[in-house]
Amino acid sequence: MAAELTRDFDLREVGADYKYGFHDEENYNFKSGKGLTQEIVAQLSRMKNEPEWMLKFRLRALEIFLKKPMPTWGNTDLLNAIDFTNIHYFVRATEKQGRSWEEVPEGIKKTFDRLGIPEAERKFLAGVTAQYESEVVYHSIREDLAKQGVIFLDMDSGLREHEEIVRKHFGTVIPPADNKFAALNSAVWSGGSFVWVPAGVRVEIPLQAYFRINTENMGQFERTLIIAEPGSYVHYIEGCTAPVYSSDSLHSAVVELIAKPGAHIRYTTIQNWSKNVYNLVTKRALAHADAKVEWVDGNLGSKLTMKYPSIYLVGPRAHGEVLSVAFAGDGQHQDAGAKMIHAAPDTSSIIVSKSISKNTGRTSYRGLVKVYPGATSVKSSVRCDALLLDEEARSDTYPTMEIDEKQVTIEHEATVSKVGEEQLFYLMSRGLTQAEATTMIVNGFFEPFIKELPLEYAVELNRLIRLEMEGSVG
Amino acid sequence: MIKDLHVRVEDKEILNGVNLTIHPGEVHALMGRNGSGKSTLSYALMGHPRYVVTGGQILYKGKDLLQLPTDERARQGIYLAFQYPVSIPGVSVSNFLRAAVKARRGEEVPVKEFRKELRTHMGALGIKDDFLSRYVNDGFSGGEKKRLEILQMALIKPELAVLDETDSGLDIDALKTVAEGINAMTGPDRAVLLITHYQRILNYITPEFVHVMQDGQIALSGGGELAHELEARGYDWVTQELAPTGAV
Repeated sequence: MAAELTRDFDLREVGADYKYGFHDEENYNFKSGKGLTQEIVAQLSRMKNEPEWMLKFRLRALEIFLKKPMPTWGNTDLLNAIDFTNIHYFVRATEKQGRSWEEVPEGIKKTFDRLGIPEAERKFLAGVTAQYESEVVYHSIREDLAKQGVIFLDMDSGLREHEEIVRKHFGTVIPPADNKFAALNSAVWSGGSFVWVPAGVRVEIPLQAYFRINTENMGQFERTLIIAEPGSYVHYIEGCTAPVYSSDSLHSAVVELIAKPGAHIRYTTIQNWSKNVYNLVTKRALAHADAKVEWVDGNLGSKLTMKYPSIYLVGPRAHGEVLSVAFAGDGQHQDAGAKMIHAAPDTSSIIVSKSISKNTGRTSYRGLVKVYPGATSVKSSVRCDALLLDEEARSDTYPTMEIDEKQVTIEHEATVSKVGEEQLFYLMSRGLTQAEATTMIVNGFFEPFIKELPLEYAVELNRLIRLEMEGSVG
Repeated sequence: MIKDLHVRVEDKEILNGVNLTIHPGEVHALMGRNGSGKSTLSYALMGHPRYVVTGGQILYKGKDLLQLPTDERARQGIYLAFQYPVSIPGVSVSNFLRAAVKARRGEEVPVKEFRKELRTHMGALGIKDDFLSRYVNDGFSGGEKKRLEILQMALIKPELAVLDETDSGLDIDALKTVAEGINAMTGPDRAVLLITHYQRILNYITPEFVHVMQDGQIALSGGGELAHELEARGYDWVTQELAPTGAV
C-alpha cells in the first residue's frame, strides 16, 4: 500500500512539469467501468476537454463499432475470443499506478536483462513508470524541430493546440466506418502522435515517440496522424525491440499518413507486444502526386496481429512501398500484409513481405493490389517469402489482385521454404551449433528488412532474433 | 582412422566397408570415378544427417567420431571443403567467417587482429575486399565459391581437412591459387584428404598416399606415383587389377 502511494506521488510530480501533456490529477484515479457505453465515451471526451466535434466523432464511431459485426475472415477463432465487455476503456494512468516492478512477469524481466535495456527504460517498457526518463537528452532535438516549424506532439495535445489542422485531417484517411476496430479506436482513442511537417522541410533525424515529453505512445487505442506538407520529408519510428509488457489484452491503433504533393513519409514500426496481446491495427496513407510513402513494418510479439498497411496512390507518379517482416513463435499468429490502391496514372508500388514461423507459429500474408480504371502505366511488384522452422509451423498467402486497367505491369512472386538441411549442415560443419546456425539463417532472411533500420534498432533486432531462436532447436 | 565403414543414403548402401588411416602431417589423395562413394565418405566424416552410418567406426584423435554432432566434429578440427557450397542469403561473408573462426577457437577474435589475418589470406588467394560484404556463396561463380572454401580453411586451421573435388570447375590459374592455399595449410600436425576425380591438381599438390575408390570400397592404395599411373591407364585398369581392399 505504501509503495503504491509513493508511486502515485511520483506520477503527480512528473505530471506537474508537463508543458504539453494533459495530466489533470484526477486522471490517475479515474477508471471506467467495464464494457463500453455512450456515457463512458462522453466522460472520456469531457475529461480531455475536447471540442464538441470530437465528442460527436467519438459517439458516431461508437455507434458504428457496436453495429459492425466481427470480421468473418482471418483467425476468427482468436478474434471471437475477444471479450469487449471485459476491457476497461480508459484505465491507463490508474493501471500503471497499480502495477509494480514485482508484478512484471519473470520472462519479460529476463529478456530485458539479456537485451541490456537500461533500468529507466525497463520500467517504462514494463509500464511501471509513466515516463521514459530521457527528457534532458531529447530536449535539444525538440528545440531543433521547433526551429524548423515541425509540430510533434501527442495526439491529445495536438488536438488542443492545433485544432484546425487536426480537424481538417483527422479521420479522413481512415473513417470510423472502415472496420470494426477502426471504429472502436475512433470512439475511445487516447495518445498516439501528431506530426505536422511544413512544406519543403526535411526532418533529418527519425522522429521517435519517446522524444515527446508525453508518453502516451504505447496506449491501448493510440491514434497517430502525420501530415507532410508539399515537398517535405519525415521518418517516424514507433515501437522498440524490447518486449512491451501490457496487461491489456487488446491493442487497436489507427495510424493515418498524408503525404502531400512531392512529400516523402517513411513510417517504421517494430512491434514486440507481450504474447497475450491482440494487436489489431489500421494503418493507411494517402500519397498525392509525386509523393512517396514507405511502411517498414516488423511484427514480433502479440498473440494475434492483424495489420495491413495501405497506401492510396491518389496523385500521378505517387510511389508506395511496404516492407514487412513477421515472426510467429509458438502459439502466435501474425496475419499481416499490405494494400496498394492505384487510383492515378503512372503510380508505382512495391510490396515485400517476409515471414518466419516457429513451432506452432502461424504467419499469413494478406495483400491487395488494386488498379482503378484510368490509372494507366501502373507498375506494381509483390514478393512474399515465408520461412518455416518446424514441421508444425504454418504459413498461408492470400494475395488479391483487382486490376481494372489494361496498361499495367504487375509482378507477383511467392515462396515458402523450410530452413534448408543443406544450409544448416554447411554452417554446422563450420562449428556453429544448430541454434547458432538457424539464427544466422533467420537473420539473413530478415536482412533486407534489418538493413532498412537505424543502426541501434538493427543491432537490437538481431539480438532479439537470437533470443527468440534460443531453446527452439538443438 | 576409418574402420570397415558402411554408409547408407536413403535406402541405398553407398559405402560397404571402407578402411583408411590418416596420420597427422600426411596428405592423402582419394581418387575414383563419379559415383564410387568419394563424396559420401566426406559427408559421413562430417556427419551429414542423410548419410547414415550402418556399420564400422571412425576414430579421430582416439575419440569415437560417430558419437559427435557435426558442429562438435568441426570444433574438434575436422573441416570439409564442399564440392557444392550452398548459399546463405542475407549473411555477409565477413559475419560468417567471424562466426566460424569464433566457433573453432572458442572465443571472440579481436576485430583488428581478425581483419589483419583475413587480409593476409585474402591477398594470397587473390580475393578482393568487396567479397566480404557479399552474401555467402550467393551469386558466386564456381571459382569464387572454391576460393571461399579455402579462405575459411586458412582461417579455421583444421587438423584434418577433407577437400571434396575442390579442383573441379576451376581454370588453371584458379587451380594454382587454390592448390597453393592447400599447400600453405599442410604441416606436421595437419592432415589433408584430397578427394579428386582428376590427377590435374596433383601436379601442384604432392600426396604421400593415393587411394582409389570403387563401388564403395577402397580398391587400391599406393604412393604418389599411383596417381600418375591412373592418369596414364585410366580407372578401368584398377578394376582389372582387382587389388584387395587396401588399408594403409
